[in-house]
Amino acid sequence: MSRYIRQTQLKDFGPVGQKKLSQSKVLVVGLGGLGLPVLQYLNAMGVGTLGLMDQDLIELHNLQRQVLYSEQDIGRLKLEVVHEKLSTQNSQTHFNLHDSFLTKDNALEIIKDYDLVVDATDNFPTRYLINDACVLLKKPFVYGALHSFEGHVSVFNYQNGPTYRCLYPNMPSAEEVPNCNENGVLGVIPGIIGTFQALEAIKVLTGIGEVLSGKLLLFDGLSQRSTQIGFKLNPKNLELKKLQDFYEPLDCDVVPAITAEDFQSLLDSKTDITLIDVRTEEEFTERNLKKAINVPLDCLELASNHITSDDTIYVICQSGKRSEIAVKKLQDQYPNKQFINILGGMNKIASLCP
Amino acid sequence: MTILLFGITKDIVGAPTLSIPTASVTGKKIPKTVKELKEFLGNTYPELNKLSSLAVAVNNSYAEDDQVINSYDEIALIPPVSGG
Repeated sequence: MSRYIRQTQLKDFGPVGQKKLSQSKVLVVGLGGLGLPVLQYLNAMGVGTLGLMDQDLIELHNLQRQVLYSEQDIGRLKLEVVHEKLSTQNSQTHFNLHDSFLTKDNALEIIKDYDLVVDATDNFPTRYLINDACVLLKKPFVYGALHSFEGHVSVFNYQNGPTYRCLYPNMPSAEEVPNCNENGVLGVIPGIIGTFQALEAIKVLTGIGEVLSGKLLLFDGLSQRSTQIGFKLNPKNLELKKLQDFYEPLDCDVVPAITAEDFQSLLDSKTDITLIDVRTEEEFTERNLKKAINVPLDCLELASNHITSDDTIYVICQSGKRSEIAVKKLQDQYPNKQFINILGGMNKIASLCP
Repeated sequence: MTILLFGITKDIVGAPTLSIPTASVTGKKIPKTVKELKEFLGNTYPELNKLSSLAVAVNNSYAEDDQVINSYDEIALIPPVSGG
């Protein structure tokens, strides 16, 4: 097996480590900035089965950090493109394609077939869902998350070790902590953090080294400083009996909504529609619907200038989450109007008319 | 007392570290526990109060609210981050 000679010649890894990798099954949730470096290395190094999971399309603003994608891939499904490229990288790997997002309805069924999960997502609801599903199924998971110039890494639920909820017991609301869309991230940071995740995955699978369990690695790119914070298991967090009923923080308040498909046909048929886009100015400038007025979520009070005589006002954002918050706020403020959230937001609209 | 800031707390404060005077020259009560520190910081930076899950580390270990802190401790505020 000369392909892997450079790692099998390592005394602590050896043919035994290689065999373990080839028999391992790893699910990578999210094919973005973190997921791609994780997959490129796990695939190169010979992990036997890789589960790929994402439903997004490749967009121009992905390319500064998602370096597996090329300009000609824009508009295509990430899942397809990753599968194509990784298959040529290593023809021996078996790939499972999961053309969906992880939800409370599919999480247990999907994760149960894997040895390890890599959390390469970009939102809190999915991170908490991965945690809870992995706790229920007793699977370890490698966590990575980003903020601007900074990245966090840890391995949770490893051999009954601490979980994500031991660090952060409750899910933050969508308004508390911004995501990459709103906050931005320096392109190279996910490459570093995703590569750290790949390293931890290899250690968990082969048993080499010291797994980053019970420790949170904080990497600050601006100072090149790494800090490790130790934390302990709260045994209560392993006593989970089932998944939560809701992972979206706002799921309990049903907000009036329209599917992207229905909204698109409305746009095609009706000429006078009031549509508020609550994404940031930068996101709006990059791509927007012709009739949309931009009022970013953090300056929603400016919407007063755009509350027209229309009884119905539609609200959109990138994925449908910020617009849901906006609908709630606007509805409280203008009880005589009807505000409607567009499900799936610009992501979904883009997939309808590429 | 030096506090290292991570994630959104860095953006809220506008700097990567924060220094809290240890002598009571300011007339303000000096925080003696993690909980008092959170309240102290929350008064100066009200945006911090919005964070429902803010981890605090004292000397590189996760600390509960009742942990006692001293002027020579190294403290870090570590909110959850979500980007990917």
